[in-house]
Amino acid sequence: MYKTNYHRASSVEEATSLMAGADDGKLLAGGQTLIPTMKQRLAAPSDVVDLRHIADLKGISVAGNQVTIGAGTTHADVANSAEVRSVCPALADLASHIGDPHVRNMGTIGGSIANNDPAADYPAAMVALNATVHTNSRQIGAADFFTGLFETALNDGEIITAVTFDAPEKAAYQKFPNPASRYAMAGVFVAKGGGGVSVGVTGAGSDGVYRASDMEAALNTNFSSDALDGTSVDPADMLSDLHGSAEYRANLVKVMARRAVAAAS
Amino acid sequence: MANISMTVNGSEVSGDAEDRTLLVEFLRNDLGLTGTHVGCDTSQCGACVVHVDGEAVKSCTMLAAQAAGSEITTIEGLAGGGDLHPVQKAFHENHGLQCGFCTPGMIMAATDMVRRHGASLDEATVRTELEGNICRCTGYHNIVKSILAAASEMGGAQQAAE
Ligand SMILES: Cc1cc2nc3c(=O)[nH]c(=O)nc-3n(C[C@H](O)[C@H](O)[C@H](O)COP(=O)(O)OP(=O)(O)OC[C@H]3O[C@@H](n4cnc5c(N)ncnc54)[C@H](O)[C@@H]3O)c2cc1C
Ligand code: FES
Ligand code: FES
Repeated sequence: MYKTNYHRASSVEEATSLMAGADDGKLLAGGQTLIPTMKQRLAAPSDVVDLRHIADLKGISVAGNQVTIGAGTTHADVANSAEVRSVCPALADLASHIGDPHVRNMGTIGGSIANNDPAADYPAAMVALNATVHTNSRQIGAADFFTGLFETALNDGEIITAVTFDAPEKAAYQKFPNPASRYAMAGVFVAKGGGGVSVGVTGAGSDGVYRASDMEAALNTNFSSDALDGTSVDPADMLSDLHGSAEYRANLVKVMARRAVAAAS
Repeated sequence: MANISMTVNGSEVSGDAEDRTLLVEFLRNDLGLTGTHVGCDTSQCGACVVHVDGEAVKSCTMLAAQAAGSEITTIEGLAGGGDLHPVQKAFHENHGLQCGFCTPGMIMAATDMVRRHGASLDEATVRTELEGNICRCTGYHNIVKSILAAASEMGGAQQAAE
């Protein structure tokens, strides 16, 4: 790891001004992506601003069917939240399958979506739930937030404070994890709510997370796994790497989508 | 360079370290607590697991500065006096280790697992929760057996105390 300067912020305002004062600063949440990246010298921020001690960024609240999750809430806290389990069990289930217990104790939802790894789990849920990403300066709809592989609509130094969404009537997430890393080779989040059915796909698309609109159309007519038989996933839109070819991933997306529809509750 | 203080295995400690120092480096190099191991540089093997404020974390994926002010427990802090911790004893009795390299992380992960699940811990849960701990020797079988043995002993002891 290259040299860096560590700062601990105790409020969002303090973090904002520490970032403004830094040459090439990076926000540090759970560190489960940033620290490994710095160790490999793929990132070399002059300063890191630690958000983990900002109480305002943590916690889950449910009012009616509106769910708010603070950006600094860990995967373990989402997985174990009785409130999330009762209104959107699919999201608690998703969180409980991220990485391993130690990663879940540190990694946060804010860090995961800010990083927008094409194989990360949360982005699929965010687009399928039509979530809103709240930052220290604005609100961004999930559809506009994720802009490409490891790319988001965030400006330099902009801090995610929370995500909100309306709990769906039914939802489920199914992923086929890479057997070594546990990241998704294909992960599909299906949600059925007032606005119809939405399907978020991660791990597979060559532009990162996306919504499968033809699957959504089919499921809006008939919410059953069989309705997906007539849909197809074009391998030309899929990632291809040593873990799986584009054709393999295209097939996995459909299999995961079928399983998610069958499991939706 | 900063002065970093934390509580490690019940004692207040402090040391001067660069901001880029990892918690595992601080424990091993500055405090001489070499029981915590480093088995990879990709945050995947779990040989470095310690407890930070009661939760299992990978000490190779946290800066020492992030842990300043926290309470840390390492493998050296588990045994009480001359007595092995029940999880350590279970690994010993069930042949839960061969070369021993992964063992400190396995035991710290196991104590965290038993704390969360108690006596209800079952084999399937142990196997999924060992996702973050890699062993190149044992084939995991006796590790799982050790953790289940410890869980039933500790769960039993908890019930007896209630
Ligand atoms: C072994 C291992 C296995 C993993 N498996 C999975 C998996 O199966 N699925 C999965 O989805 N992920 C997986 N991860 C990644 C994990 O979920 C990370 O925790 C997550 O991607 C990043 O969250 P973090 O809080 O650790 O962020 P950090 O690593 O601290 O930060 C990541 C990035 O987000 C930025 N950032 C952090 N917080 C904010 C904020 N509030 N506002 C703006 N920017 C912010 C940082 O500046 C940085 O660029 C795994 C990680 C490891 C080490
Ligand atoms: S040394 Fe920490 S996970 Fe391998
Ligand atoms: S006992 Fe040798 S690595 Fe596990």
